[in-house]
Amino acid sequence: MSTSIHEAHGDVAPGDELAATDISHAIRGYLVGLALAALLTCVSFYIARSTLVWQPSIPIALSVLALAQMGVHLVFFLHITSGPDSINNVMALAFGLLIVILLVFGSLWIMTHLDHNLMPTERLMQMQR
Amino acid sequence: MSAGADVYPGGVAGGGLAPGGGYAAALTEEPAHGASKRIVVAYGFWIFLISDIILFSALFATYAVLTDATAGGPSGRDLFELPTVAVETACLLLSTVFCGFAGIGAQVRRNGMYYGSMAATFVLGATFVAIELHEFATMIDAGAGPGRSAFLSAFFALIGCHGLHVSAGLLWLLTMMAQVYAKGYRADIRRRLLCFALFWHTLDIIWVALFSLVYLVGVAPR
Repeated sequence: MSTSIHEAHGDVAPGDELAATDISHAIRGYLVGLALAALLTCVSFYIARSTLVWQPSIPIALSVLALAQMGVHLVFFLHITSGPDSINNVMALAFGLLIVILLVFGSLWIMTHLDHNLMPTERLMQMQR
Repeated sequence: MSAGADVYPGGVAGGGLAPGGGYAAALTEEPAHGASKRIVVAYGFWIFLISDIILFSALFATYAVLTDATAGGPSGRDLFELPTVAVETACLLLSTVFCGFAGIGAQVRRNGMYYGSMAATFVLGATFVAIELHEFATMIDAGAGPGRSAFLSAFFALIGCHGLHVSAGLLWLLTMMAQVYAKGYRADIRRRLLCFALFWHTLDIIWVALFSLVYLVGVAPR
């Protein structure tokens, strides 16, 4: 492990909170996270059924809100931050995300094309009509 | 803090940890060189959790590909009930916060805070599992079981896998309460607690993706 590189500041375990020195400060961190996560959740549930936004954009809006909420959870609950002590944790997560993106978007991309290319002739004719 | 006072593995943390010393104190249980065992264990478990996220992304990709493969059966729009999903989401979000409080309680060795928060986490998690099982049973009763269509197979695999993880987490939670009760806030027990907290928080992150992209997108107008 490359932890020795960062010995100058010392590493931090994922989930450990480096900054919190007293109990009320640590609790406040979780409550701020809870407030932000609850807010994003409420917006998601509201948007899913609303006619306020342009309807075809709703899935994209929900994805963005979900990403934002995952970020909130990572920072406030798992304490994965951008600080130098957390660099190994962030790098592992970044690699995981690369695989996740390849898997999900790769599957969707390939299967959409396959669906199109292997379409039964009648359906293809209908689409071209 | 006397850094060399701790013995590994499973060493009893000596009088080095002051109550309220919290997280900074936990980091001083450090061997003479290299990262502390706490960091190494948590990092290894973090790698495992990332592989678990990749497992879920494979199931999620399957679901995303098969969403429209309903074989003439019911679609998500016909089946998903948002109020139920909202209650499930609230349960899991609150339980993840209580899990954080339990971690703080263990760090400062306050029994009331630790056991109370763990109990709250358990009750909320168990409520989540119960609601999910009820949802599954209702769907299967209505003829929308995993055998009905490819969409439903993928749905039950994805949501069921998350539900299994939460159920396993509940068993782990009870184990951790029993271990702290039997062995106290030893360094090795607190390492396991840290891993449990990471596991529980990660399950909530996965649920965020599931409720947003499976349930909410499933009922959203197109």
